[in-house]
Amino acid sequence: MSTEPNSPPSLQGQLAILGEAVPLELDCGARLGPFNMGYQTYGTLNAARSNAVLICHALTGDQHVASENPVTHKPGWWTLLVGPGLPIDTDRYFVICSNVLGGCMGTTGPRDIDPATGKAYGLTFPVITIGDMVRAQAMLLDHLGIEKLFCAIGGSMGGMQVLQWASAYPERVFAAVPIACAARHSAQNIAFHEVGRQAIMADPDWCAGDYLAQGRNPRAGLAVARMAAHITYLSEQALHRKFGRNLQDRPRIAYGFEAEFQVESYLRHQGSTFVDRFDANSYLYITRAMDYFDLAEAHGGSLAAAFEGTRTRFCIASFTSDWLFPTSENRKIVHALNAVAANVSFVEIDSDKGHDAFLLDEPEFHATLTGFLSAAWDARQRTA
Amino acid sequence: MTIETPSPLPLRTDLALIAEMVTQDARVLDVGCGDGALLRHLIVAKNVDGRGVELSQAGVNACVARGLSVIQGDADTDLRDYPAAAFDFVILSQTLQATRQPRLVIEDLLRIGRRAIVSFPNFGHWRVRWHLLTQGTMPMTGTLNQPWHSTPNIHLCTVTDFVNLCDELGITIERMLSVDARSRARSGVSTRFANLFGEQAVFLLSKP
Repeated sequence: MSTEPNSPPSLQGQLAILGEAVPLELDCGARLGPFNMGYQTYGTLNAARSNAVLICHALTGDQHVASENPVTHKPGWWTLLVGPGLPIDTDRYFVICSNVLGGCMGTTGPRDIDPATGKAYGLTFPVITIGDMVRAQAMLLDHLGIEKLFCAIGGSMGGMQVLQWASAYPERVFAAVPIACAARHSAQNIAFHEVGRQAIMADPDWCAGDYLAQGRNPRAGLAVARMAAHITYLSEQALHRKFGRNLQDRPRIAYGFEAEFQVESYLRHQGSTFVDRFDANSYLYITRAMDYFDLAEAHGGSLAAAFEGTRTRFCIASFTSDWLFPTSENRKIVHALNAVAANVSFVEIDSDKGHDAFLLDEPEFHATLTGFLSAAWDARQRTA
Repeated sequence: MTIETPSPLPLRTDLALIAEMVTQDARVLDVGCGDGALLRHLIVAKNVDGRGVELSQAGVNACVARGLSVIQGDADTDLRDYPAAAFDFVILSQTLQATRQPRLVIEDLLRIGRRAIVSFPNFGHWRVRWHLLTQGTMPMTGTLNQPWHSTPNIHLCTVTDFVNLCDELGITIERMLSVDARSRARSGVSTRFANLFGEQAVFLLSKP
C-alpha cells in the first residue's frame, strides 16, 4: 500500500493497514481496501482486554488526543480529560483514538493515492458516512484484538460515531458517552456545512477537486469554510466576552476592510492556521458524512428502534449555550433510550462557551463524566 | 466504586419506609430522586438496578457525579416515553402533589412499573384541619412548610382523596403506612384513622 507524500508516517502515530483480505463495504456501495488507518493509543491494554476506551474525534479533530500534535506542535485536543488521574484515566484505561475514514492525518482519505490509478483520489474518493467511519474503527479493533470496548466516547461528530457504535455493535460497547451531538444533522447544520463547501468549491485553486495534481491548494476557500464553522462552535456570549467590539491594533475605526475588529482578526487567524493542517477535500467528505447522519431514518423512522434491546450504559451530556447541537437534540436521544428502558444518564452542563465547551475546562462536566465512568467501570468488573 | 456505603445520615422517614417495600435485585425507577439518597441506599442495601429522574439539573449532575443513572426530567412529561412493565418498582416520594396531572402520573407509574410506591403529605391531618379552622390561613406544618405563594404543591390531597382515586382507577392498595408527626409509621390502620392522624402516607400500589 502506498502512502502519499503529504502524510509522512510521523503524522500517523501508529498505523494499521486494514481491509486487505476483505475490503470495507461502504454505504454508497463502493469497496475500499486495503486502506490505512492512523491511530494513537495511551495506557496499557489489560490481560482481560476489557479496559479499552475508544475516543471518537470531531469533524476537524484527529487521533492526537493527549499528546503533542505533530503538525501544529500543540498539546493534544483533550488533554484536560485524558491522562493519568484524569476522568479518562490512562492509568486505568487503554485509550484508542483513530483518524476517521476520509481524514487527512494518516487514515486513507481523498488526499491519498488511489492504488488503482497511482494518483491522489481527489473527488474519485467514495462518499463516506458515519456508519462507514465506525465500520472502519471496528476493523481496527479486530486488528488490535479487542472484542469489546469498555467505553466509546466523543463529542460532536465524535458523539454521532458513539451513537452509531452503540446502535450497530451493541454487544461491543459496554458504556457509551455521546457528548454535545444529535442523532441526525438538522437542516440548519446542513446549511452551515453547505456554506463551507461552497466556499471551498468557489476557490479557483480548488480546481474541481484536482488541486493536488495541479500543485495548488484552495487555501482561501477552506479558510472561509473554517471561519463560518468556527462561529457555530461559539456562543454569542463567549464571542462578546472575548472580543466585544474591540478594535485590533488601532485606536479607532479606519473606514476600510482590513480586519479592524478583534473578532475579525481572530477568525482570519483561525482560518489561516486551519488550512495548514487540513485538506479541503477531506473537509468536503467529512461534512457530507455528518449531513447524511440520521440514525432514526436508518431504523424505519424510529430512533428508539436503533437501540432496541441495548444493554449498554449511556451518559448523554449537553451544554446550555450550544446552539449547534442544542440540549433539545440531545434530549431526543434520551427519550429514545428511555423508550427501550436503557440505562441512561443525562446531564446538561451550564456553560456560556457554546458547542466548544466539551473541549474546554468545565469542572461540572468533568465531575459527572468521572462519576459515570467510575460506576460503569465497577459494573464492568462485576460482569467480567 | 463512587457509590459509598450507606450514608452516615439516616434516610428521611418516608424514604426508609419506601426502601423497606422494595425487594432485593429489583429494577427501580425513582421519579423525583433529588440528590439520589434513596437510590444509593437501594443499590447498596438491596442491589437494585436503579435509575432516577430529577427535575433540578443540579440534583441530576450531583447524582451522575456519584455514579447514579439519572436523567433530567419530570413526572408529568417524561414517564410516557418508558415502555410498559419496564420496572419492578416506580417510586414517587413527596412529588405527587407538585405534578400538574397527578391522575395521569399515577396511571403512568403503574403502566411502567409492576408496582408503584407513592408517598405524599396528608392534607387531612388534624393539625392541617385545625390550622385552617382556627387561623383561616393556608396550613403550614412540618411536611407542608412553605407559605401558599411559594410552595410547589399545586395538587394537595388527603389520604381519603387518594384512596378514592385508586378505587376509581382500579388500583389495588397492597399496603398503606400512616406516618405521624413524630415519624412513627403505622400499618393496618383504617383510611379514616390515617386521614386524621397521619401527617404523611406511603402507599404500595399495583394494578391487577
